Amino acid sequence: MAQINPSNIESLDLARKGEVQRRPSRVAGLSRFTGRRLLTGLGTLAFVLVVNFFIFQLLPGDPLARYKGAREISAEDLQKLREELDAPIWEQFFNYLKDPLQLDSFSTIQGKHVWDVIWAALPWTLCLLGTATIMATIIGIWIGIRAGWKRGSRFDRVSTGVTLFLYATPEFWLGLILILLFSTGVWIFPGIFPSSSAIDAGVSPGSLEGIISIAYHTILPAAALAAVYLADYSLIMRASMVDELGQDYLTTARAKGLMDRAIRRNHAVPNASLPTITLIFLNIGFVIGGAITVETVFSYPGLGLLTWDAIQNQDLPLLQALFLLFSVSVIVFNILADIAIAIVDPRIRV
Amino acid sequence: MTTETAEPVTRSPRAIAWSRRRTSTARFLRNFASYRTGMFGVGILVFFVLVALTAPLIFPVRLLNPNLNLDNESLCHPSWDFYYWLGCDDLGRSVMAELAWGARPSLIVGITASIIAMVIGTLVGIASGHFRGLFGGSMERLTDWFLVLPFVPLVIVLQAVLGQTSIWVTVLVLGITSWPGTARLVRAQTLSVEARPYIERAKVLGNSDWAQMTHHVLPNVMPLVIANTTLTVAIVVLSMTTLAFLGLFDDSIPTSAFEVGGISWGGMLDAADGSGAALLGAWWFLIPPGLCVIAVVLAFTLIGRTLEIVLNPRLGSD
Amino acid sequence: MSGTPVLEMRDVFLTYHPPEGPVPAVRGVNLSVGAGEVVGVAGESGCGKSTLISTVLRLFPTSAKVEGEVLVDGENVFDMKWNRMRAVRWGEAAVVFQGALHSLNPIQRIGKQLAEPIMIHDKGASEASAMKRVRELLEQVNLPARHANAYPHQLSGGQKQRVMIALALTCDPKVLLCDEPTTALDVMVQAQILDLLKGIARDRSMGMVIISHDLSVLSTNCDRIAIMYAGRIVEQGDALDLFEHPAHPYTRALMGAFPTIGDETSRYAPSGLPGDPPFPGDLPSGCSFHPRCPRATEECKSIDVQLEPVGPSRKAACIHVMEGAGTV
Repeated sequence: MAQINPSNIESLDLARKGEVQRRPSRVAGLSRFTGRRLLTGLGTLAFVLVVNFFIFQLLPGDPLARYKGAREISAEDLQKLREELDAPIWEQFFNYLKDPLQLDSFSTIQGKHVWDVIWAALPWTLCLLGTATIMATIIGIWIGIRAGWKRGSRFDRVSTGVTLFLYATPEFWLGLILILLFSTGVWIFPGIFPSSSAIDAGVSPGSLEGIISIAYHTILPAAALAAVYLADYSLIMRASMVDELGQDYLTTARAKGLMDRAIRRNHAVPNASLPTITLIFLNIGFVIGGAITVETVFSYPGLGLLTWDAIQNQDLPLLQALFLLFSVSVIVFNILADIAIAIVDPRIRV
Repeated sequence: MTTETAEPVTRSPRAIAWSRRRTSTARFLRNFASYRTGMFGVGILVFFVLVALTAPLIFPVRLLNPNLNLDNESLCHPSWDFYYWLGCDDLGRSVMAELAWGARPSLIVGITASIIAMVIGTLVGIASGHFRGLFGGSMERLTDWFLVLPFVPLVIVLQAVLGQTSIWVTVLVLGITSWPGTARLVRAQTLSVEARPYIERAKVLGNSDWAQMTHHVLPNVMPLVIANTTLTVAIVVLSMTTLAFLGLFDDSIPTSAFEVGGISWGGMLDAADGSGAALLGAWWFLIPPGLCVIAVVLAFTLIGRTLEIVLNPRLGSD
Repeated sequence: MSGTPVLEMRDVFLTYHPPEGPVPAVRGVNLSVGAGEVVGVAGESGCGKSTLISTVLRLFPTSAKVEGEVLVDGENVFDMKWNRMRAVRWGEAAVVFQGALHSLNPIQRIGKQLAEPIMIHDKGASEASAMKRVRELLEQVNLPARHANAYPHQLSGGQKQRVMIALALTCDPKVLLCDEPTTALDVMVQAQILDLLKGIARDRSMGMVIISHDLSVLSTNCDRIAIMYAGRIVEQGDALDLFEHPAHPYTRALMGAFPTIGDETSRYAPSGLPGDPPFPGDLPSGCSFHPRCPRATEECKSIDVQLEPVGPSRKAACIHVMEGAGTV
């Protein structure tokens, strides 16, 4: 037994608190953490499946007509469909659970498999939202850092005013304004951008001409979305920076002789970024289901427009699949957000 | 005031508590009034409330009926005539009149739906924070799950399910989808309040669950809930505008001064989009409704942010 | 004390300018510290001792106004250009901040934070040599070298305080300023920290200033003690002597007053001091201590008393003490 004298009291204290965590154990802890989060996610998914099923049962109208829709269907298939829909609701739910993805279901408006339709629209949504999110993240964070660091300055006051304004703006209205200014062209504004679809007709997406055409078509809707998203990021980042400004470790950094820029970059920003990282991940999860209005305004053939068409035409199978897709993306990104913050913030115990 | 200081013994504890609440409310209002951005928000709000109340007086309801305005050309340009300072919409109706009447659904839906969300959120939040074990845990799970459901598709589907004939359907739909944010906040506050030592003492003295939640937790939680609800109004107004834009809102034609549905800013934007106003350059139909939405949302956002600062001075000025 | 003092403050004034109005936090302080000397500064919260330290490295907000001179190794800090100031920071004078607070970046490893000033002040240093020095520093403060990989939240209060001391020593400064180094620590740990600091001052011939509100901490560890009240030094002198024979009424009250044998007036001094220190923006007239002073007279309200010699190597700012011999 080690002799207890004043100089080793503190080492004993450390032993009681638990050894300094070495890297391997933190990696192991993170995998356990991920496992736990995935389990919680599965629980949420179960809830989503229940809601997904029952909510569409509530839609008024004849379910048979909806499920049959526009496609040609043989008499015996029709009879089978009728039997399925007349079965008691618990039996229907049970059948649903056997195949929640409903891989066989047909879109009523397009006469194709639901997931084929979704698969065709998905790349356009990713293109649009990817562009918008990247722009919004870079610009929003930069504004937030600068406004928070130089709090009270003219830049801060102007940028906070502008971001609050953008925060209050409906993104589809902004889209319409952009069309007015840059597609139709009023006053001094040039009308050079297209106002609908994602690519010029007949152009192959893989070619150089195709890429330029895609860029041309994407820029206005992406700008409309990015402007509204960046407001959120900028306000959160600014608030985080302001929180960090009062912290003692920044005084220590100044006293060490660091230049202002180094203090901001190496100490303030990393700490202030933690809440923003969470927000970015969460937002990505939500945006997939949220670009409906902008895609409608710009007739952009992504998942949003698809959702809109499905609602207009009461395309039940398609709606169900889209709903599931949106929910799953939120769940997945929620999990990613938790994991990301656990990786980056050493104070979180895993 | 003087009688109280002369005879302190005869005032009941309740009376003392109420007079303290009066002075602290007065202090709170003075404090709030010192923030220019918050007062600016209040000013905008007051303006729009007045507009909503006086709309039928300034812009008679007949201006909103397309059948009574057949003489006007569609999307007519702004002119010097007061009613047509902002021209006409696609059905020949006065844009100014529509803007004024449009204030009503925005404010009504915004405020009522948020109150519903506040009530549900507070109840669920306090329950999930106070009760340990199965009930509290399930409340917490419920909150997390509702947060995951995609908001816009959910709202759209619910609206489609319940029909769009009445503004109150929209109020209901938005109310029952906007509570999770409040619930989460209230839960965190409840946990923090209940960790305080005086709560332990109250429990030992035999406070029932109900008494503890209403006498201790609720008063501590309410200020933050009010600030949060104000911010919720902003989000609800934006959501409602989106719903109206997608055609999922009451679009009946008002026939009397007391009707509140029918004409909304989101609906105007839907009509603007559908009639190709952007492609035709009809800025007078396109820009004003959006600006009105921005103004109202901004007002509630500024007021909400100022409330947060007043309640938590650490946040500082911005 | 021999040669030029490593730290010298001459008539230093510092006034904050918040929106509500000017707040004079430091009102004419003269202090000098020689190489190898340990000077203690004692006083209650709000007396200006932390502000005083912030003047040495110019860590106060830009809206604050300063007067007088602060000389680090003969150079006036207030006259320096910022390039020179940044070199002086840590290179010539360093501050040991309170470790128990968030004085360390919570998401950076200790080693990296210790290496940072080395990399800044020694342009030629490689990362490897910096880390070697970091391990040496940790050993000098009796911490195992492997703590360089730890994060601040994994260390105890005492360990964090040692890290702050190691941090202050990275660039071999001539002046060490310790701001409440033992507050929020257990008594045994306090003793270890103070021993460590004393040893450092002796071994490296550093000038050291230790700030504390706890006089018992300062009495056995300092050569000289200065007592601060309302932005001024009200008594100054040899540590042990001041402790045994306090002159200024405030110092006596701080000592906790058991009555001094033979001194009748000390029986009237309450063992606790009633009231609070004055808010710097709203100071009493004349001697700022008179509202709480058991020996206050009418004159005290009008005379703005300064530090005057009160005996061999002792100064006090009190009209009652000045008149006769320094001790009673």
